Amino acid sequence: MAVTTLSYSEAAVRALQQEMDADPRVVVLGEDVGRGGIFGQYKGLQQQYGAERVIDTPISEAAIMGAGVGMALAGLRPVVEMRVVDFALCGMDELVNQAAKNRFMFGGQGRVPLVARMPGGIWDASAAQHSQSLEAWFAHLPGVVVVSPSTPQDNHGLLRAALQCGDPVVYIEHKTLWGLRGEVDDTLVVPLGQAARVREGNALTLVSWSKQMQPCAAACDALAAEGIAVDLIDLRTLWPWDRETVLSSCARTGRLLVVHEAVQAAGFGAEIAASAAEATGCRVARLGAPRIPVGYAPVLEAQSRVGVDAIVAAAKKLAG
Amino acid sequence: MESNLPPHAGEVLYRVMVRIRAFENAAETASQGGVSAYGQQAGGAAKVRGPLHLSTGQEAVPAGVCAHLRTSDYLTSTHRGHGHTLAKGADLTRMMCELFGKATGFNGGKGGSMHIADFSVGMLGANGVVAAGLPIAVGAAHAQKLLKRSDDITVCFFGDGAINRGPFLEALNWARVYDLPVLFVCEDNRWSATTASGPMTAGDGASARAASMDIAATQVDGNDVFAVHSAAQRLVAEVRSGAGPRLLHALTYRVKGHVSVDLAAYRDPAELAAALETDPIARARGHLLDTGVAAATLDAIENAARDEVDTALAVADAAPWPEASAAFTDVQTTGAGQWL
Ligand SMILES: Cc1ncc(C[n+]2csc(CCOP(=O)(O)OP(=O)(O)O)c2C)c(N)n1
Repeated sequence: MAVTTLSYSEAAVRALQQEMDADPRVVVLGEDVGRGGIFGQYKGLQQQYGAERVIDTPISEAAIMGAGVGMALAGLRPVVEMRVVDFALCGMDELVNQAAKNRFMFGGQGRVPLVARMPGGIWDASAAQHSQSLEAWFAHLPGVVVVSPSTPQDNHGLLRAALQCGDPVVYIEHKTLWGLRGEVDDTLVVPLGQAARVREGNALTLVSWSKQMQPCAAACDALAAEGIAVDLIDLRTLWPWDRETVLSSCARTGRLLVVHEAVQAAGFGAEIAASAAEATGCRVARLGAPRIPVGYAPVLEAQSRVGVDAIVAAAKKLAG
Repeated sequence: MESNLPPHAGEVLYRVMVRIRAFENAAETASQGGVSAYGQQAGGAAKVRGPLHLSTGQEAVPAGVCAHLRTSDYLTSTHRGHGHTLAKGADLTRMMCELFGKATGFNGGKGGSMHIADFSVGMLGANGVVAAGLPIAVGAAHAQKLLKRSDDITVCFFGDGAINRGPFLEALNWARVYDLPVLFVCEDNRWSATTASGPMTAGDGASARAASMDIAATQVDGNDVFAVHSAAQRLVAEVRSGAGPRLLHALTYRVKGHVSVDLAAYRDPAELAAALETDPIARARGHLLDTGVAAATLDAIENAARDEVDTALAVADAAPWPEASAAFTDVQTTGAGQWL
């Protein structure tokens, strides 16, 4: 197939097809996956691979995640579907205390190669329990990999890498990126832990990920029009994060702005900012949501959004 | 008591129980500073540290159930996992090394008592989180079914307190929905930490909850190793034949406190005294003597267990600690080294 235009969700389906073809141990389990998943990210897979490999489950997030751990220990490579990151909390013990700890706690006797997909981020008009960005929780957790792709190409290549890596992976797609279309070269596997440089510039380093890459790119265009050239980096993997790319850019520009959709307080931006300041002495700034639950009414929801104007203003302040 | 056992099977069950008791007695002494199976020399620095959950009085359940298991069958366990692990065939000395936190333990000293495990005999781990083993067990059984692993099965031990957590409900439903080869074994020892389980449990408990999900449940006197053996024999055979999940509800008693330092002052001494009358090892011994097994044979089994445990203690005591660098291994491969 090589290069074609696919949506973010179709790219994921393609990745699963390739990995399921290559490895009969790869299975999918979750609610509504037989009908293609609630975002179409499993579309056609049950028809293609059968109900034994693409397993519709009860609404049992603890059992989905826990069974994934048991399956992995017994030799399968499960993809466990959590619907949205907000519901992954119902399987939190199974992820935090079981999947992430198993290998270490039992002295390497077992491995848990599972990929837990949990779409994150603000989902329009979906209010406080369907719009959270919890990636910092998982990045804080030794034992797991945390991935958050922003493009169809990356969603394809990173999902393949996640399935091949052998460690538990928290895989956070964005709830509103599913329809995003782009060119996908399906021969590529995007290495975990490698960021992408999306724009080049010397005035400032801007780091972001997932859906927030879109306003960041727009902000870079606006800044470029004013002669401010930004080094824009898409982190893609939050753990392990690409220190080399980020820190070498910070060393060059002397300024770092991290932007994320998650609440700013105790967010992953703080980790990057502190690391960059420690390693390079650069000036740092962060931009995230205020520490409030996401509201329903448009005016309330907007309070949690980090928009292009805010990014431009923060960048100018830092660069100036 | 049932007595239709093959020749010497009773002695084998007796041996399993006695080894568990000797191991745990020694572990308890070592947690108080001694290193002898006979309980002497207490008072030095603790060799076994941290929470030690003893299964004293409950030995008949793992002995009777695991007698029907093969190495290729899986087992998931609880925080009270020594008996399960030994009964599944794990090496006693390496277990003691793990309790001592030594590099030669099953987990290289990374898990200790609460995370005792021996994957090489299918024992997938004790668990520090109540009810956490149930979903893992159904996952392992699901994999056995999908991978068409002959007629291997998974056995899942859990306590009577665990049935009040959601994962119990989710796992039982899951097992029936997919008709998985899993045997759930509720070790009903009447207590959940320092709270009696009965008043905290609505309805009739584990068997009733299983029955409500169309999972056939069998109640058994869990202090009668022969009764457990015979009930488990039937249930394991049914699960192996592809009949789907089954539940064994074994009524037993927790003789010691919740953890070894817990003196269980909250419980009525009369309750303990009554329970001690039904001690599974004493009962099995009486029964075996009645059926003509020589006392000397049983004494020899007990002495051998004590000697084995004493040797294990000495080995564990002399074994090396893990290298500090081991704290950084087996965390994850992806990004290993980025420990910041
Ligand atoms: C989820 C969770 N809650 C509480 C605890 C603390 N805790 C450890 S064991 C235990 C009692 C468990 O009772 P039961 O399941 O009957 O097993 P038993 O200890 O009687 O063998 C409790 C409350 C825990 N480990 N995990």
